[in-house]
Amino acid sequence: MKTISSVRMYFHSTPAARNPEAICSGDASRMLVFERLLTGVERQPNGFSASKLGSRRRMLLGALLALMLPALPRVMLAKDADCLSCHADKTMQDASGKNVGVDANLFHSSIHGSLACSDCHTDIHDYPHPDHPAAVQCETCHADEAKGLTGSVHAKASAQPCLSCHGNPHTIFTKDDPRSAVYPLNIPKTCGTCHGNRALAQKYGLQNVYSVYMDSIHGYAVSKEGLLVAANCMSCHGSHHILSHKDPQSPTYKANIPNTCGSCHGGVKAEYMSGVHGKQVAAGNMKAPVCTDCHTAHAILQPTLASFRMQSTPICGSCHKEKLATYRDTFHSQLGLLGGYVQTARCWDCHGAHEVLPASDPRSPIAQANLVKTCGKCHAGANARFVQYQPHANPRNRRLSPALYYIRTFMNLLLWSVLGFFSLHTLLWFLRSKYEQRKNGPTGEEKHD
Amino acid sequence: MTEQTETVLEPEIAPAMQPEKEEKYYLRFTLPQRYLHAVLFTSFLGLAASGLPMRFSENAPARFVARAVGGFGAILFFHKFCAIVLTLAFLYHVKDIITRAAVNKEKGMFWGPTSMVANWKDVKDLVGHLRWFVGLGPKPQFDRYAYWEKFDYWAVFWGMVVIGFSGYAMWFAPFFAKFLPGWALNAVLVIHGEEALLAILFIFSIHFVNTHLRPGSFPMDMVIFTGKETEEEFRKKRTLEYERLARQGKLEAKVADRPVYWWVNFARVVGFTAILIGLTLLVLTLIAYFGTV
Repeated sequence: MKTISSVRMYFHSTPAARNPEAICSGDASRMLVFERLLTGVERQPNGFSASKLGSRRRMLLGALLALMLPALPRVMLAKDADCLSCHADKTMQDASGKNVGVDANLFHSSIHGSLACSDCHTDIHDYPHPDHPAAVQCETCHADEAKGLTGSVHAKASAQPCLSCHGNPHTIFTKDDPRSAVYPLNIPKTCGTCHGNRALAQKYGLQNVYSVYMDSIHGYAVSKEGLLVAANCMSCHGSHHILSHKDPQSPTYKANIPNTCGSCHGGVKAEYMSGVHGKQVAAGNMKAPVCTDCHTAHAILQPTLASFRMQSTPICGSCHKEKLATYRDTFHSQLGLLGGYVQTARCWDCHGAHEVLPASDPRSPIAQANLVKTCGKCHAGANARFVQYQPHANPRNRRLSPALYYIRTFMNLLLWSVLGFFSLHTLLWFLRSKYEQRKNGPTGEEKHD
Repeated sequence: MTEQTETVLEPEIAPAMQPEKEEKYYLRFTLPQRYLHAVLFTSFLGLAASGLPMRFSENAPARFVARAVGGFGAILFFHKFCAIVLTLAFLYHVKDIITRAAVNKEKGMFWGPTSMVANWKDVKDLVGHLRWFVGLGPKPQFDRYAYWEKFDYWAVFWGMVVIGFSGYAMWFAPFFAKFLPGWALNAVLVIHGEEALLAILFIFSIHFVNTHLRPGSFPMDMVIFTGKETEEEFRKKRTLEYERLARQGKLEAKVADRPVYWWVNFARVVGFTAILIGLTLLVLTLIAYFGTV
């Protein structure tokens, strides 16, 4: 392995004493590049170079610089090959131990492969170059992305925010290249580098979303099915201009969620928007639920799963409290709560999931005319009388369910009067018998003949 | 309070050391009646154990037990299975009554001292018993079935009709909806749950104490398992029946063999298990009931 200092020693020594083997064992041909640079052998102009200087003029400039700094003979770096003559060693490290090697083949096949080193490393023209070259300014070319990033939650997240997501700057590929860190199937892992890090999540007060996303239906579609169209982080949060969900401009702001999810789930969005919840949200009532209130944001489950069927009923009930309480009284609820049986009617099985409509709307599944069909989904043979059943009857409410109220009152009266009378009866009997036992000996009250 | 004061005490010898007396045994319950009681209490325990978690589905122990045995599907299957068993037992009993009354023309089934039907004497016995409890009068003497035994019988009979009907109405709701109004489907759940709660609380507290755990019968009245009781028990507990049969000279026809040991021991194990399950369910029920009301 060669280091910067060993290269410098090579150039500081006299030409006669130079031994290519000293810094680059066996790679004499690469050292010849340096020899040619020093002796000014004619070169072809570099068409891609930002510099318009001819190689001869550059050599002259180099010689001039060399005269001005006699202690450090400077060398012009005219072509990528010049840089790569050192940096092609993939294990090359700078003084601080940072890897400064470049995989030439990979770099040349990357999106930036046609650029010259100096197009990005604009402060490096010749050798020796500073130990710490200036940071590469991606925004020189990528102005829009940089502008988006500046206003985003990631603006101050890292010294080199571009590289946090795009990875090694010398191996950046287009987002439809499977080698790219921002290829749809790689995005969760890329974002998860930080957002799957518990310590980091705690530091910024974020949820540790990576693992729950990976277990969600979207995560499964990406990781197991390899679906490019499945929602990855970027699909909902955007890429460069990621905003907090509290920002009204953010696609994850509550009012924008139906549109964000609707960009894929167009049919569901149309249903949702024509239902009561969608209309409330459109009218600005932010208490009404959007997609994420029922489905959650990251841990979205396949809605037919038992766990989803169980977790979602209390979500509806967090607003519809009285309906949940009366639902809890019924067989429909009891079945699910005891485990292993969740097929019984949950809120959306009767009310619809996305296009929730009031019973007064003839399109609603709970409209009087549709009840036989709705109940009939589970109860084969349901008829007009059967559907008079009140799934949310409240026997404690005399006004809403008078018949049930009186039945329950009667049954309770019967229960407590019978139990009350016989408890007293049995207690007195017990005490009297004990008294008799004490008086007549341990063989008990019955000895009375 | 007069009659018992003259009780002659037996010498105080530990029961195990008592010399085996040649005691006479009398038949009180026939084998089918004892089987009926056994089927009744096993299916009732099953119905209570599987029904209570449904009634208190939000209670943590209820959920735990239900999940442990395989969830709602298992619970409901078991509940329905026990319901069918109990229904068959009930139908057998009804058939037995009809046969005895209509075919065998058995006398005294609906009226008289050996009938299960309540009569004026039962009212007097109840009042007299209550007076005796507090020392206001002598202890009443009972015939074949005392008033609390009749109450137990009719409570269970009425309970089976009400709980059974409401249960089947839920089981076959679309069918019952052909004759019943829609609100009745709501009502049957309330009725089923409340009546079942009454049955559970009554059986596991009042019946247990009155019949098995009170002094005099403690720890268990074995007559429902063996069908037989000693002459002494017969004479003391059902004095009027004993005396009536003696007068009529029918006492000898009721004499039976001494119950065999293994059967008594087996019955004790079964009986104590049932009482233990019942008391456990009683405690859990009271906790769940007063925890959610």
